[in-house]
Amino acid sequence: MITAGVDVGAKYVKTVLLEDAKNILVKANGIVEFDVLKSATEVFEKALDSNGLKRDQIAQVVATGMGRKTIHMKPPINAGEIVPEVIADAKGAYHLIPTVKTVIDVGAEEGRGIKMGENGKVRDFVINERCAAGAGTFIETMARALEVGVEDMGPLALKSTNAIPMNAQCCVFAESEVVTLIHSKTSKEDISKAIHDAMAGRIASMVLRVGVEKDVALIGGVAQNPGFLPPLKKELNTEILVPKHPQYVGALGAALLALKTEAK
Amino acid sequence: MSEKSREFWRWREYRYTMPDMDWHDKKVVTAGVDIGSVGSKAVVMLDGELYSYAAMRTGGESEETAIKVMNWALEGTELKTENVPYVVGTGYGRVNVPFAKRTITEIACHARGAHYIYGPTVRTVLDIGGQDCKAIRCDEKGKVMSFLMNDKCAAGTGRGLEVFADLIRIPIEELGKTSLNVEGEPHPVSNTCVIFAKAESLALLRQGWPKEKVAAAYHLAMVNRIIDLLTKVGIERDFVVTGGVAKNTGIVSRLERNLGIKPLEPKLDPIIAGAMGAALFAKALYEKEMGLR
Repeated sequence: MITAGVDVGAKYVKTVLLEDAKNILVKANGIVEFDVLKSATEVFEKALDSNGLKRDQIAQVVATGMGRKTIHMKPPINAGEIVPEVIADAKGAYHLIPTVKTVIDVGAEEGRGIKMGENGKVRDFVINERCAAGAGTFIETMARALEVGVEDMGPLALKSTNAIPMNAQCCVFAESEVVTLIHSKTSKEDISKAIHDAMAGRIASMVLRVGVEKDVALIGGVAQNPGFLPPLKKELNTEILVPKHPQYVGALGAALLALKTEAK
Repeated sequence: MSEKSREFWRWREYRYTMPDMDWHDKKVVTAGVDIGSVGSKAVVMLDGELYSYAAMRTGGESEETAIKVMNWALEGTELKTENVPYVVGTGYGRVNVPFAKRTITEIACHARGAHYIYGPTVRTVLDIGGQDCKAIRCDEKGKVMSFLMNDKCAAGTGRGLEVFADLIRIPIEELGKTSLNVEGEPHPVSNTCVIFAKAESLALLRQGWPKEKVAAAYHLAMVNRIIDLLTKVGIERDFVVTGGVAKNTGIVSRLERNLGIKPLEPKLDPIIAGAMGAALFAKALYEKEMGLR
């Protein structure tokens, strides 16, 4: 039986097709454009096409992510169920790392900290959806101010060993601070490190509200940024596991949950 | 300048001298210099009466800006900075006013300035500046009783309006008026984060909303955020709004509508309230120092 999980995020749509709860057939993603339904459909169909599948061969589709309602019961995806990100994240992370006790998900516009209970159940969680400074958008905005590509930010930060504090806690104010740092001839490497350190500090203080217990997993789009992991480890004073393709964990969780809802 | 590279956030700088006033026949000349995060203001007073002022953008060097704005306030008056015996510095960059004898927080200065501009009935001063927003409770003497401030987040500050002016491509001075050109109020955008509010506004524009309606949604979000702050400190009449954003009618009229309290009409430019408070403190300090009272 094939199930699908579609994670309609703020910036990217991620899809996972899963066979018999264990074989991942395909992972696909695409940017969320103005028309969210169209963007999601394109990604979903790309995933189907790559395996020569049709919608009616998928037993169940579960949607998650902030745009999940856009595809709920709406053709052509017709997601039969929608689940909050926290539930999908927990399911996916537990599947990949059964020993996980704390899940940190940093997406484009939201950050989440999840405390896991027994058997992959969610015991507690915390979300920041109110401030861009605690999400991927922060690094993206700063990349623009620094005039470097967002994917170059992490590698740049790793080249620096200087710890420069950033005072601004707001994305808009931080932008001005970055410009001031550029004018004062601070290197891009040092500025990039300062940006990642500041972001890690904010994510850590959010996660600490639910507590941090090993094993700790970092997922979401920002988990692909190599510059973010070292300061986060330092802030939380713990090892952190990053699964392969961390941006798909929510979609994988949704695909796993699809199996369960289908069986009902 | 081409339309594309126009900086819509760039507000006009200005100066003013009161006509029919002559410093030669006055006893005490004092000044207040308010170096804000976005705008810097200087006020010159003669025997405690407003004589001249200037408002300009704060540059990269606060010290240089302080000298510039003071010189500009004195321009055409034949007075020089060294002729002003007592200057008080205030605002975010107050320690960088090289010719100031004292520094006083902008909270105290705004309360004092509002007391002067609007009179002794003022009990709540809302100062909406470039990078912060303060709700101040004061007594009949203009003394601060309590205050609350947001200086961590751009939502609900002038900086948020600058970002929006550039997005919607309307000069910042016209934003407020534009936002009032709607029938009924739309649902507000996010009031917790300027970045999110901007993204939502962009989505609304793409959906075909007219600029006026998007501006209304943005202003309303800002006002909701500011009202949260005011409600926490407690609002008591008379209520006044100071700072650069006090000139935005879209903000002020929505504050009035949603609070049900009409702010007093300013008799003077509300952007100089802080600098004016500083100049008044300067007068009191000078007189004390000289044994004049």
